[in-house]
Amino acid sequence: MSILIDKSTKVICQGFTGSQGTLHSEQSMAYGTKMVGGITPGKGGQEHLGLPVFNTVREAVETTGAQASVIYVPAPFAKEGMLEAAAAGIELIVCITEGVPTLDMLVVKASLDAQGVRLIGPNCPGVITPGECKIGIMPGDIHLPGKVGIVSRSGTLTYEAVKQTTDLGFGQSSCVGIGGDPIPGSNFIDILGMFEDDPQTEAIVMVGEIGGTAEEEAAEFIKSNVSKPVVGYIAGVTAPSGKRMGHAGAIIAGGKGTADEKFASLQAAGVNTVKSLADIGKTLQEVTGW
Amino acid sequence: MNLHEYQAKQLFAEYGLPVSQGIAVDTADEAVAAAKEIGGDKWVIKAQVHAGGRGKAGGVKLVSSEDEIREFTNRLVGTNLVTFQTDEKGQPVSKIYVETCTDIERELYLGAVIDRSTQRVTFMASTEGGVEIEKVAEETPEKILRATIDPMTGASPYQGRDIAFELGLKGKQVNQFASVFMKLARLFDECDIALIEINPLVVTTDGDIHCLDAKLSIDSNALYRQKQIGEMRDHSQEDERENHASEFNLNYVALEGNIGCMVNGAGLAMGTMDLVKLHGGQPANFLDVGGGANKEAVSEAFKIILSDEGVKAVLINIFGGIVRCDIIAEGIIGAVKDVGVSVPVVVRFEGNNAALGVKTLAKSDVDIIAATSLTDAVEQVVKAAGGA
Repeated sequence: MSILIDKSTKVICQGFTGSQGTLHSEQSMAYGTKMVGGITPGKGGQEHLGLPVFNTVREAVETTGAQASVIYVPAPFAKEGMLEAAAAGIELIVCITEGVPTLDMLVVKASLDAQGVRLIGPNCPGVITPGECKIGIMPGDIHLPGKVGIVSRSGTLTYEAVKQTTDLGFGQSSCVGIGGDPIPGSNFIDILGMFEDDPQTEAIVMVGEIGGTAEEEAAEFIKSNVSKPVVGYIAGVTAPSGKRMGHAGAIIAGGKGTADEKFASLQAAGVNTVKSLADIGKTLQEVTGW
Repeated sequence: MNLHEYQAKQLFAEYGLPVSQGIAVDTADEAVAAAKEIGGDKWVIKAQVHAGGRGKAGGVKLVSSEDEIREFTNRLVGTNLVTFQTDEKGQPVSKIYVETCTDIERELYLGAVIDRSTQRVTFMASTEGGVEIEKVAEETPEKILRATIDPMTGASPYQGRDIAFELGLKGKQVNQFASVFMKLARLFDECDIALIEINPLVVTTDGDIHCLDAKLSIDSNALYRQKQIGEMRDHSQEDERENHASEFNLNYVALEGNIGCMVNGAGLAMGTMDLVKLHGGQPANFLDVGGGANKEAVSEAFKIILSDEGVKAVLINIFGGIVRCDIIAEGIIGAVKDVGVSVPVVVRFEGNNAALGVKTLAKSDVDIIAATSLTDAVEQVVKAAGGA
């Protein structure tokens, strides 16, 4: 078991023939992901990377039975890309695109929620179930099939957590980058709930950062809904107030959203917090007794 | 991206919102001419900076003579205004806004933000106008009235009337307030607003609703479709080094410490700063070189980091995902030579071709400390910068 995706997940790519879509589709296919085609409007009927290109997501779904779609289209087109995928019956949308306007995301999120479609991202590295399926831009070779579920708002911090759990031999059940935007398609709570229900996942690493209250809400959720050990790390203790730290959502606004507040909430919920990002794996080892 | 008050009011006027008649000027002569054009015998003149708290800092004045207008304008233009919201340097004043004077009966607060928890645009109103809303939220949260906008249906006038009655507005004021609410909701939606604040929204002595102040922030991600607003950008109000960095697709934020940081990925960049602090050092900056870091980006990043004279050592922390560490290593070597880096540089590579990256650094004739782990890297750089 794993969450969201496995070796049977059929994946299509929106923005397939573009440079990003091409590079990462190639790497995903090399990893073993069951890519079944891609979409570039106007290029339907062609072949790319040995797979069929479709004009519309609907056509791709009807022809291939795709369940998941990964989106690499530029930010101005991301909203319609997500809405098109949802309308075509895609169950899981992974949007890698960075820079999607926030008001676009309000509409997309409301629409996808109403349709019961799961969205990961935008502005995220994607989702991987090691050894089975990789949807996104993360380096496949640092992963190891295993028992730790990882959920994070940051790409490279996810890789750090992955590397440490691989080096210690624990491996990962699935890793989900929920993205650094203020309005993510899925939040910590959504993913934590899935990891709790997933028998392969024995412990969870949660990587948060400054801005918003997603970590505080996750802490509340963990208190009453998560029985598995959780190791939590928050980036941005040294971040100044009012400055956006790279990610659109990483900003301490009106004194709210600090790392200290988030650490305190997680600790109060019984999460094993780590102050050094180099200690994620070590702490996991200590709390699980592995 | 933030707008000046005069720019926000220009947008307000385009949307039919009740704002005072005003003119933005650069000089005392223009200010006097503006006051004459506006007419009357009293005006409010305001320094235009991207910061709140201007009134208390002496940046707003009620004037009734040409001399007062000249004195205020000459004294402020070309200087920096320091308020409780700015740093100790303050924000440069290059424009003064001359406005008609409004006789106030009551001060209210009206604002709108994107609430991340509910994932909705949320309006907030309060009877406590003219004071900091953060303070009201902290001390008397029950005094903040809210209306949540459904992104599928948009705002409805009843939501505005609802707040109006709760605020104790009467007669024509109720519909005036509802109209202000609906126009702001339309402005928010059509102009990709991130934040609106009208503090205060006033009831005039004539009993009318009036927007006395106006603060607007725009979603930077949406500037590609907000050309008119994008042209209003005032770079003088923003950090010069941050703007320069963004031209090279680098995210840079200056801090107070002496250890320069160059990292790929925003989260890892923050995590690296935190780790420096944890080991007794002080990070000098946040800098994300991005996923596609090449030699040009690394060179530019070095230049920006070293433009801060307080930097005593540089830590480069790269987790090679798609980017290969050996390519980055070549970039670092080239950049160190080109830029003439004279402070110690500690490099930590992990991920894609990390070992080859370390080997490339070792073979070069530049003086770079290759760390064996993240913790080792941080300890070495703290030591190199002069210890904890």
